[in-house]
Amino acid sequence: MKRTISLTINGKRYSHEVEPRLLLIHYLREVAGLTGPHIGCETSICGACTVVLDGKTVKSCTMFAVQADGRDVTTIEGVAAADGKLDPVQEAFWNEHGLQCGFCTPGMVLSAKQLLAANPNPTDQEIRHGLEGNLCRCTGYQHIVNAVRTAAAGKGGV
Amino acid sequence: MATTIGKPDLLVGKSVRRREDPRLLTGTATYLDDVKMPGMHHACIVRSPHGAALIKSINTQPALDRPGVAAVFTGADIKNLGAVPCAASLPGLRVPHHHLLAQDRVYYQGHPVAVVVATDRYLAADAADALEVEYEPLPAVTDPEKAIAAGAQPVHPEWPDNVSFTFHQEGGDTEQAFRDADVIVKQRITSQRLIPTAMETRGVVADWRPGEKSLTMFSSTQIPHLLRTLVAGILGMPENLLRVITPEVGGGFGSKLNVYAEEALMGFIAMRIRKPVKWVESRRENFQATIHGRGHVDYFELAAKRDGTMLGLKVKIIQDLGAYHQLLTPAMPTLSVLMMPGLYRFKNVCADIVGAFTNCVPTDAYRGAGRPEATHGIERMVDILAAELKMDPVELRQKNFVRNDEFPFPTATGLMYDSGNYEAPLKQALDTAGYTALRAEQVAARQQGRLMGIGISTYGEICALGPSIALPAGGWESATVKIEPTGKVTVLTGASPHGQGEETTFAQMVADALGVSIDDVLVIHGDTAVVQYGIGTFGSRGTAVGGAALFYALEDLKAKMRKFACMILETESVTLTGGSCICEKTGKSVSFAEVATAAYHAKKLPPNTEPGLVATHFWEPPNFTFPFGAHLVVTEVDRETGSIDIKRYICVDDCGKVINPLIVSGQVHGGVAQGLGQALWEEAVYDDNGQLVSGELTDYALPKAHLMPWIESSHTCTPSPTNPLGVKGVGEAGTIGCSPAVVNSVVDALSPLGVRHIDMPLTPEKIWKLIAQGGQA
Repeated sequence: MKRTISLTINGKRYSHEVEPRLLLIHYLREVAGLTGPHIGCETSICGACTVVLDGKTVKSCTMFAVQADGRDVTTIEGVAAADGKLDPVQEAFWNEHGLQCGFCTPGMVLSAKQLLAANPNPTDQEIRHGLEGNLCRCTGYQHIVNAVRTAAAGKGGV
Repeated sequence: MATTIGKPDLLVGKSVRRREDPRLLTGTATYLDDVKMPGMHHACIVRSPHGAALIKSINTQPALDRPGVAAVFTGADIKNLGAVPCAASLPGLRVPHHHLLAQDRVYYQGHPVAVVVATDRYLAADAADALEVEYEPLPAVTDPEKAIAAGAQPVHPEWPDNVSFTFHQEGGDTEQAFRDADVIVKQRITSQRLIPTAMETRGVVADWRPGEKSLTMFSSTQIPHLLRTLVAGILGMPENLLRVITPEVGGGFGSKLNVYAEEALMGFIAMRIRKPVKWVESRRENFQATIHGRGHVDYFELAAKRDGTMLGLKVKIIQDLGAYHQLLTPAMPTLSVLMMPGLYRFKNVCADIVGAFTNCVPTDAYRGAGRPEATHGIERMVDILAAELKMDPVELRQKNFVRNDEFPFPTATGLMYDSGNYEAPLKQALDTAGYTALRAEQVAARQQGRLMGIGISTYGEICALGPSIALPAGGWESATVKIEPTGKVTVLTGASPHGQGEETTFAQMVADALGVSIDDVLVIHGDTAVVQYGIGTFGSRGTAVGGAALFYALEDLKAKMRKFACMILETESVTLTGGSCICEKTGKSVSFAEVATAAYHAKKLPPNTEPGLVATHFWEPPNFTFPFGAHLVVTEVDRETGSIDIKRYICVDDCGKVINPLIVSGQVHGGVAQGLGQALWEEAVYDDNGQLVSGELTDYALPKAHLMPWIESSHTCTPSPTNPLGVKGVGEAGTIGCSPAVVNSVVDALSPLGVRHIDMPLTPEKIWKLIAQGGQA
C-alpha cells in the first residue's frame, strides 16, 4: 500500500509513491539519487546519515520517508553554493584536514553547521559535545574540532 | 651529470590540503553502496544465529515464494567452488576448509548459510527472513584459553584439541639469561578482541558480462589486485577476465585487507543470475562476520639484573584465531614475536605461540596487527620491572635502549632495525610534559589522597611491510608515471588507499620531482584494468613502499625527459626545474610540455630511445622500516566512580621524513584514538554460547569526540636508510604507542593501592571494583 509523499530537498520539489516502511535514508539515496548521506549503523548511533529536517539535524536511517512528507530536507549536496563554492564549514574541514576516509564527513559537516548555528562561539568542549552523535573512526576528532573552531572564528582555516 | 633542482617552493614537507577532499566534502564521492547498475539485484545473507550448531535442514521454498526473489543459494550450490583463502603458512598449520557458505555445520555466529537474491533490498531481506533453517545447537567455546584446555568442546571435530598450530622462535640464550638474572618478573597480559569498525561496512557489486565471459567486481577493499587473483581462483575463472574496482573506501584499518566469502559469492551469483548483484553489509553483519583484531592471552617473563639491565624475555602467546583462517590470521601472532624486543638491547628472546580455534569470527590484521599486542606486553613488563626494582620507568628505559651507534641493530628475533635515536622522542616527551614537575605534583596529589598517574611507553614498530620474503604474496609496490602529450602527469599506484591521502602526498612528490604544478598531477588507484599489479595499502607501507616505487619511476622518467630535452636543445646535459629543462651552458630552455609533445610526436628520437614518456617501477624494499616514539599520558582516577580523566596526552613520534605534516598528524590522532579505544572502552564480547554480546554500535564503545583528550603531538626525525625518501610509515604508530602508555599511567595512579597490572579495557566498573577491593583483583 504505497503512499505519495511530497517534500523539498535542497530547495527542489520531489514527489514519489513510496512504501510506508521505506526509510528516509533509502528514499534519499535510492529514490532521490542523493548518495551524500551514508548508512553506517542503522541504529542512529554513528550519524553518517545525518540530514537537516525543517532546520534540525536528524538521523535519516531511523526515520521513515513518509514522516518527511511535506517537509524540508537539506542533505550534504545542498550545503555548497550552486556555483560550487564551499560553505565555510566545508572549507574549514578541508583546510584543517577534518576528514580522512570521508564516510562520516557529510553527517559531520551538517552537525557542525547546526552546532555553530546554535552556538556561534563554542568552546572546544562544546564542539566535542555537539558532535558526540557523529562517529569518526579515522581522525581522532582533533582536526574536526580545529575545523569547527576555525569556521566559528570565520577564518575558514589557515 | 645533470642534477635535478626542484622549484623554489617545494611541496614535500608542506601541509598541502588534500586533493581528495572536495568530492568527499560535497557528498559527490562514489562509495560502494553508491554504485548502481541497470537491472541490479540485491543479495541478503542468511547467517547462523548460533555459535555452533548442526544444520539439520534448509527450506528455501518460503523464500523463493516471496515477491521479487530471483534465486536462493545454499551450501550445496557452492560446494565445488574454491575456499576462502588463507595466504599465511606455518609448519603444521591446520587449515579448515573454509567454504563460501556453511555445509552441514556452522562454526560461529554470523557464519553465512544461504544467500537470497531479489530485485530490491527490502524484498531480499523479507525473503531472507522467510527462509527456514533448522539447527541443532551445539556447545560452543569462545575463550581461547578454555578452548585449548583439556576436555574443551572441539570447534572442528577433526581437531579435538582446538590447536591450529604451535610456533616456537628463539634468539640468543634465554635460559642462560634467566640463570644470570637477579630479578624475574612475570605477568599474564591480555589484548582483548576488538572490532575494527570502519565507518563504511564492506560491500560488493558484481557484474557478469556473458558475451565476454568477464566479471567486473566493485569491492570496498584495501587490496584490489590480490583480491582479483584470489577470487578468480575461487571461481575458477581466468584472472584477466576479472576486473576489480575499488571505489571510494570508507576506512579499512586492516579489516578490508582480506578476501571474504561474500566477494566470491557475489561473483558466483552474478554469473548465475546474469544480472548485476549488490551486497552491502549491515553494521550487525560487520560486527559478526568481518574480521576482528587482537585476541591475545600472553604470559610474559622478563629477566633483569638488579641495576635494571634487562637480560631476556620469555613469552607464551595464546592467539584466539576464531573458527577459520582468513587471509593472514595465523601470521598475526608471529608479527608479535618479531616485535618482542621493543626498543631494548637485550638479545635473548624465547617465544611460543599456540593458535587456538574458537567459535568466533576469525581474527586478522587490525591497525598494528600483532605489534600492538607485543608492544603492550613489553611496555607493561618494563613498568612492572621498574616497580619491582623501585626505579623510575624512564631511567629503566633509557638504560636499556639500543644506542645510537648500534644501528643497524640486529635483534634477537632476526630483524635489523634500520635507524633510530630512541632517547630523542622520550626526551622531547619528558620536556613537553615537564616530567620532573609532574612527579612532584604527583607526590603532592597522593598526599591529598588523589590518584594521579604518569605513564610512558617507548614503542617501536615494524613498518613498510615489507620485503617480499616476509609477505605471502610479495611485499613490493608498483608505480607508473605517465607524462601525457600535453604535459599533464598521471600516476598509477598499486598501493590502493582508503583515507590516507596518497592522491595528495604522491602528487606533492611528483610536483617536486618534475617541477610541475600539483594541479597538473592526477593520482589513480584501485582499478585492476587501469593500474599495473600492486599489493595495497596496509602495514604503514603506502608511502614507504608505494612512494618509493613512485620515486624510482620518476627517476626513470626524468632520465628520459633529459634525453629528449638534450636532443631539442642540442646539448649534452640539462637541468629539470620549474616546469622546464634548462641547458646551463647556453641558458636555453625547453618547456616541459614541449618535451612531452616531442616525445609523443616522435618526429625525431634521441639515440636508443623509444617514443612516449611513461615509466613503471616495481620496487622491492631491502628491509622493513622501524619507526619509534614515546607517548606520555597523565591521568587521574576518580575514587568514587572509577572513571579515568586523561589530563594530558603527549606523543612524540619518529616516522622518519614527513611528506605532509597535516596528513601525518591526522594519522597519529586517529591511531591514538584507536589505541585509546582499546585501552579504555572497546571489547568484542562473546558469551559462552558464542553470542556476540557487543553486536551493534549500541553495545560497542567506540571513541566519541567528547571522550577524546587533546593530543599534544610532535615529532623527531630520524630518516630511514631503507628507502630513498627516508620515510618510515606512520599509519599504525598512534595505535601501537598508545595503549601501554595509558595503562601504565592508570596502574601508576593506582599503585599506592598495590595495583601492579590491569587488563584492558579499563572500564570505570573494573577500576571502581579494584579500588573498592583495596587494589586486589
